[in-house]
Amino acid sequence: MDFGTFSGLYTAFLILIFIGIFAWAYSKRRKKDFEEAANLVFADEVNQKHGTSSQGAKPQ
Amino acid sequence: MDHAATHSENDYNYKVVRQFTVMTVIWGIVGMSVGVLIAAQLIWPALNFDTPWLTYSRLRPLHTNAVIFAFGTSALMACSFYIVQRTCQTRLFGGPLASIVFWGWQLIIVSAAISLPLGYTTSKEYAELEWPIGILIAVVWVIYAIVFFGTLAKRKTTHIYVANWFFGAFIITIAMLHIINNLAIPLSYTKSYSIYAGAVDAMVQWWYGHNAVGFLLTAGFLGMMYYFVPKQAGRPVYSYRLSIVHFWALVSIYIWAGPHHLHYTALPDWAQSLGMVMSLILFAPSWGGMINGIMTLSGAWHKLRYDPILRFLIVSLSFYGMSTFEGPMMAIKTVNALSHYTDWTVGHVHSGALGWVAMVTIGSIYHLIPVLFNQERMYSTKLINTHFWLATIGVVLYIVAMWISGVMQGLMWRAVNEDGTLTYSFIESIEASYPFYFVRLVGGLFFLGGMLLMAYNVFKTISATDGSLKATEQA
Repeated sequence: MDFGTFSGLYTAFLILIFIGIFAWAYSKRRKKDFEEAANLVFADEVNQKHGTSSQGAKPQ
Repeated sequence: MDHAATHSENDYNYKVVRQFTVMTVIWGIVGMSVGVLIAAQLIWPALNFDTPWLTYSRLRPLHTNAVIFAFGTSALMACSFYIVQRTCQTRLFGGPLASIVFWGWQLIIVSAAISLPLGYTTSKEYAELEWPIGILIAVVWVIYAIVFFGTLAKRKTTHIYVANWFFGAFIITIAMLHIINNLAIPLSYTKSYSIYAGAVDAMVQWWYGHNAVGFLLTAGFLGMMYYFVPKQAGRPVYSYRLSIVHFWALVSIYIWAGPHHLHYTALPDWAQSLGMVMSLILFAPSWGGMINGIMTLSGAWHKLRYDPILRFLIVSLSFYGMSTFEGPMMAIKTVNALSHYTDWTVGHVHSGALGWVAMVTIGSIYHLIPVLFNQERMYSTKLINTHFWLATIGVVLYIVAMWISGVMQGLMWRAVNEDGTLTYSFIESIEASYPFYFVRLVGGLFFLGGMLLMAYNVFKTISATDGSLKATEQA
């Protein structure tokens, strides 16, 4: 296999990986998990009412 | 969940975060003051007072090292230690190791501040520090990685929040870049020579240089963005799924963009073209991340009216978007033929460094200081607002001056007479740049003035009685 063919196949391989990551990230099954993960920012606040002050998070 | 949260809250190691946060403000003022001094030297060369260690050539690396490794990296260490604890709901791993990271890093900064003005340098841009300091950096960095990844390993949450992915990529990549680029043969304690030669040396250097931009000044600060923008806005990030695609696309493309620093040099043509194409593709993940950050505010735009901290964070994202559009454009070879070696590059760097890195840091610190020192808000929200305007006006003056000056220089250098001789001598282009150097100095003074206000505000907040600064309700 010459270098050009190798580069072409390797590029195709990387595109497939990227599409795979994309499909995984946007799959329905992952939706709930990701919503949970997105809320980790607020998960350790005792006071769950966030965003009530101009300073955002408050010390507990 | 609530009682577990209370428990872990009390366990957090905030001491090291406090130390790094305060030092970020101090080193920011030091690094930017040196920047203002060398900007003034370009207008009035007599300001080096005929002293070797005050010459531009020695103070310029001091400025870049101070703002990137003292100001920027202290901010990254403060925020990564804070965010990894709060999103993993566990105390930092390794007990005293975190303190070793703090004191080790300060020792490195002081060594740099002494050795660079004395003239000790490897002459590699952004990697000027000689080999004993280089080894110290590698050791402290590995300890930093142990603390960070150790904390991830003992997390009490199922997920690893996306901010930590960005910090993790930043920590691993900087270790790899620093060690490979600094491989050298020492001649004495103060002089070494790179093991690479010629075009290979140049390529390794800019693989390092550009990825220091990509992973330290971009990925690390994106980690801060993904925590502090949602926190300050009071709502989760616009799209967590987009943040995953953003992460993988950014880290896998950035690493190839380095050769755009070496257009039209001895570097092989195919490597230059590869660097150009990869830089152009990089535009997509960069803007994906910017949109994700800004759209987090959708439905909460009104908060920008009264919250100057949120304004700092969102405007920093706007500058990030601007400079990540400008960057790929400047990486196009024909554009680069005009822009390279001119002040346009300097303007581009500062649009990223002041507009994005410094402003996202400033916003994050204003958020952090009250939390770390048991207050509900900063001493003065009005002063934060003044700081915001000083910083914004300062950056705009700086980059507009450098755009005009840079394009003018590029045009003057390439202008030829009918007989093929150069229209302008080099010194004529310097003479024409003076007015813009002055505007740049004024912009720098504005930005530094804002930092001094911040230092005062931080001092007043820290020295106030615990809990005495109450949050004010906003409509």
